[in-house]
Amino acid sequence: MTGFLKKHGWTLGLLAILLTLLIAIRVVQPNFGASGLESLARAALPFAFATAAMAVVVIAGGIDLSVASMMAVTGVTAAVLMDNATEGQAVFAVIAVLLVGIAMGAINGALIVLTKVPDIVVTLAMLFVWEGVALLILSTPGGGAADWLRSIIAGPVSLPFLPEAWTFWLPNAFIFMAVAIAVIWLPLRRSKLGLSIYAIGSDDTAAFRSGIAIGRTRVAAYAVAGLFCALGGLSLTMGTGIGEPVPGPYLMASVAAVVLGGVVLGGGRGGLLGPIIAVFILRAIRLLLTLMAVDPNVTTIVEGTIMVVVVMLGAILMMRERRS
Amino acid sequence: MTDSGAEPLLLDAQSVSKRFGAVAALSNASLHLRRGEVVALMGANGAGKSTFVKILTGALRPDTGHVQIKGVDRRVGSPAEARRSGLVPVYQEPSLIPDLTVADNLRLGDTDEAAFRHWVAELGVSDLNLGEMIHRLPLATLRILDLARALASKPDVLLLDEMTAALPTDLVEKVLKTVRAQADEGLAVIFVSHRFPEIAALCDRASVLRDGETVGDLPIEDGVEDRAVELMLGAALTPGQLAEDRDAHVPQTATGTPRLKVSGIGLGGKLTDVSFDLHPGEVLGVVALEGQGQDELFDILAGFRRAETGTLEVDGTTREFTHPADAIAAGLTFVPGNRAEALLMDRSVRENIALPFSARLRAWAGLPMKREAARVAEAIERLQIDTRAQGEVRRLSGGNQQKVTIGRWIATGVETLLLFDPTRGIDVRTKRQIYPLVRELAAQGAAVLFYTSELEEVQLACDRAVVMFGGRVVDIIDAAEADEPTLMRAAYGLPRNAPAEAAS
Repeated sequence: MTGFLKKHGWTLGLLAILLTLLIAIRVVQPNFGASGLESLARAALPFAFATAAMAVVVIAGGIDLSVASMMAVTGVTAAVLMDNATEGQAVFAVIAVLLVGIAMGAINGALIVLTKVPDIVVTLAMLFVWEGVALLILSTPGGGAADWLRSIIAGPVSLPFLPEAWTFWLPNAFIFMAVAIAVIWLPLRRSKLGLSIYAIGSDDTAAFRSGIAIGRTRVAAYAVAGLFCALGGLSLTMGTGIGEPVPGPYLMASVAAVVLGGVVLGGGRGGLLGPIIAVFILRAIRLLLTLMAVDPNVTTIVEGTIMVVVVMLGAILMMRERRS
Repeated sequence: MTDSGAEPLLLDAQSVSKRFGAVAALSNASLHLRRGEVVALMGANGAGKSTFVKILTGALRPDTGHVQIKGVDRRVGSPAEARRSGLVPVYQEPSLIPDLTVADNLRLGDTDEAAFRHWVAELGVSDLNLGEMIHRLPLATLRILDLARALASKPDVLLLDEMTAALPTDLVEKVLKTVRAQADEGLAVIFVSHRFPEIAALCDRASVLRDGETVGDLPIEDGVEDRAVELMLGAALTPGQLAEDRDAHVPQTATGTPRLKVSGIGLGGKLTDVSFDLHPGEVLGVVALEGQGQDELFDILAGFRRAETGTLEVDGTTREFTHPADAIAAGLTFVPGNRAEALLMDRSVRENIALPFSARLRAWAGLPMKREAARVAEAIERLQIDTRAQGEVRRLSGGNQQKVTIGRWIATGVETLLLFDPTRGIDVRTKRQIYPLVRELAAQGAAVLFYTSELEEVQLACDRAVVMFGGRVVDIIDAAEADEPTLMRAAYGLPRNAPAEAAS
């Protein structure tokens, strides 16, 4: 039990913060209910995928500044491919979009490994490259999305064998996110590639000496990030029904959630659960402050302050534990 | 490839060379091993030993020459490839992933868990939890785990690179015994070490490198130490030179007010009632097995931690250190065992030597470059620092880096110097240059506290030695009486012989 607490302490702490925030929202806005949760989950969806992407490369000891741009590319690719397409053709569009994401990520990783230019420089450059590519594909918002795809993330869960009273509060968007991330991350986390990703982030000399192909692992980590970005881009198009070529505010938000979520920026430590919870915390804070009619400019100040305080408290607690 | 009808060679490295830019790190290195042989690879720092090890393990490609493993000619491309070919290295710093559990590390390297457990037990670590994170385990345990992992992969050739450095004595014995037993069953071992007693206990032959060239292959027998030192130095060294060095050093007896008076220091379960005096002009050795409280003692003296009980007096005044700055203000200068903590690795030798006295300037005026240059040039000359790579301290060899960390205080002047194992992992030649440096500091009036993990250094450099065991000072021995057997007994907490006891 104490081992479990030690290992998952950060995640449990984040969950407690999230619950407190949801209760606070309920207190401020007594009619906040199922539809409120649904819009919270839908708003959090692209942030969650951007954060998952960022978390994977940060665990591998890198950083990817081009996540928002890659989401823009995959979002407009999806919108263009599905414009006037049949519902069936849309399936192939989805597959193509996911492959485009993996390819972009792999290109980022390969450039870092081959040129030996620092990751922060390469991905900063690619931020602009992918931004341009997105605008070349679609210069103004447009395109379309298949109806079945849009319905995946709309409304609450309804399952034929469960009474509606049990599921009405659980948004589809949340289920989509949880399933998509679990299907990719859980098998990966347990695979040798997953261990290798943690290994190169933790200590690349030791990883090299343990016989890990550092370069290939790094490219794979960026490719996985690309895949999460594709899901993020897809979810944007699913949410609005059109493609938006200008990148959204997902880069800094994802770094913030990764840090708050307990992933160490130097690499090797943390998982995806913490950062995903952190995404919801950051969205919930925003919602709470909006409901309390706080000046939006103050909102960002509060968000930043909370981030520093939480990370600092976490570090202090960890230091205490190490001393005892 | 067979050698005059004898057993085929397991490993055969011939005429290996490697250049880094203008510097030839290796010019003509060779090494061969048969089944069941243990060969020591020796060489002064800068002789090309680490480059040779990197080539053997596949971290570097040689420019010329070849490395054959089990008769197969291959230029190894990566550690993974070398491992598959049968050569498995164990390094001085553990190569386990800090943020993964022991079990995950095994999975990562495809290590057989049952075999691993067997070797861990054999090497004397009994209570290992495979679910524990690597970064929570003590360093000595990690070295054992590294070796167990290597043995579990059933290598043909095992390469131990300074693996026993700073390992506690009882574990060193277990390691040597286990490795020797494996060699007797056919394992070939390359043993990179500076420690003659261990080489004598373990090895069949010693291969000596000097200036990138293999200059000798000696059978291990009586007197091999002097022969090996002679080969490493490249100059004729009369037999028993080490003993002469010892005789040349006359311990000083100091009196008067101590520079540093430590009384009754205690810290949790780590230190209990530690007391001793350190006088100006004295070099006081500290001798202890691994983990007997010496780290905590130095931390307290350097102001990194606060003692729970006891007092510190500097020049007769009681001082309380709440921050390293307090210790520095009281004239206590700490030189950590880890050179990376003492030097600005990316800056030049000159800046590193000049740093203490330029840091002292209170005014924000320009630095007196001319005077700085003169003092630094003088220091480099005196320290005999190899200045080919002086643009960045990082590129100096370990021994030369250590000379910079100590030598800068000669250029600056220092009152009390706390040296923590300054000769760890340094070759014999450089060590012999460091002892006079320490003596010279003392002659200038400095008080030096000198923790060493090598017992013979007490008689080579110190006036007295404080022996710690279990967080207590168990004995204070004059250098004249502090031969290795006496120190060893004391370090294990055993009482001194009756006559010595009567004398103290």
